[in-house]
Amino acid sequence: MWAFFHKLGSPKWFYDIAGKWIPWFGALAVLALGSGLLWALLFAPADYQQGNSFRIIYIHVPAAILAQSCFMMMAVAGAIGLIWKMKLADMFLKAAAPVGASFTFLALFTGAVWGKPTWGSWWVWDARLTAMLILLFLYFGIIALQAAIEDATVAAKASAVLALVGLVNIPIIKYSVDWWNTLHQPATFKLTEKPAMPAEMWMPLLVMVIGFYSFFALVMLIRTRNEILERERRTRWVKDILMSGGR
Amino acid sequence: MYFSSLAEFVAMGGHGVYVWLAYAVFAVIMCANLVVPVVQGKQRVRQLAQRLKREETAS
Repeated sequence: MWAFFHKLGSPKWFYDIAGKWIPWFGALAVLALGSGLLWALLFAPADYQQGNSFRIIYIHVPAAILAQSCFMMMAVAGAIGLIWKMKLADMFLKAAAPVGASFTFLALFTGAVWGKPTWGSWWVWDARLTAMLILLFLYFGIIALQAAIEDATVAAKASAVLALVGLVNIPIIKYSVDWWNTLHQPATFKLTEKPAMPAEMWMPLLVMVIGFYSFFALVMLIRTRNEILERERRTRWVKDILMSGGR
Repeated sequence: MYFSSLAEFVAMGGHGVYVWLAYAVFAVIMCANLVVPVVQGKQRVRQLAQRLKREETAS
């Protein structure tokens, strides 16, 4: 365990292993997203109340799940970076912010497009929606901090603090549908109960969630590798890679 | 298969605009998430390699 943790602190080790993982996560993402999309669009039955607009769930829910878990991962990375000064955690935090922001935007956008035919409005100032909008601004805040602070160590510290403080928003998003009277429907997946949907509806959703996570892993491996090259560009091993013409 | 014709599939029971708009934005965001870091990474590697070669010839 400690040996693994120690290795994880080594950018060179991670750079090499990430390069080996990229094709596998790429294949998994293509497979899961491809079959999930076909299933969701062609084979899943329509909802008896919402009709076919309900098919938006297959991108809305995975995007929203990932938007939140990405932020939690960033907060964990931030804590590791602050406590153990692990450079790799700082790099992950920086690399994840734009990806998380894009998924938060996707969740908000698909929610709006789904809300129009279902609720009759693109946007309502509902607790869940407002908390998600705050999450988007938290992501923007971290991106802005990274862009504004030149010293990478200081930028990482500031971003880590914002990620940890912003973490209070995550349970607010999660429980907003229970705490407040809201238009938004409750969670589709719960750990303790069977989904309220029939299997032919939630199984493609599960496949899409797996596809989104694999895609996220793929993108994070690529981005973290870029970040490693950038931060370690003065080291011997990166210079060797650069001289031999890239990867 | 849920739909019996292509036209029915495109129409999505009258909700075609919403469904396809959502899926189009999904496609754009996924592509951008993948293409941007790959292109940026390649550019940066080329840039750094050039700078490195210049430094080595200078010294």
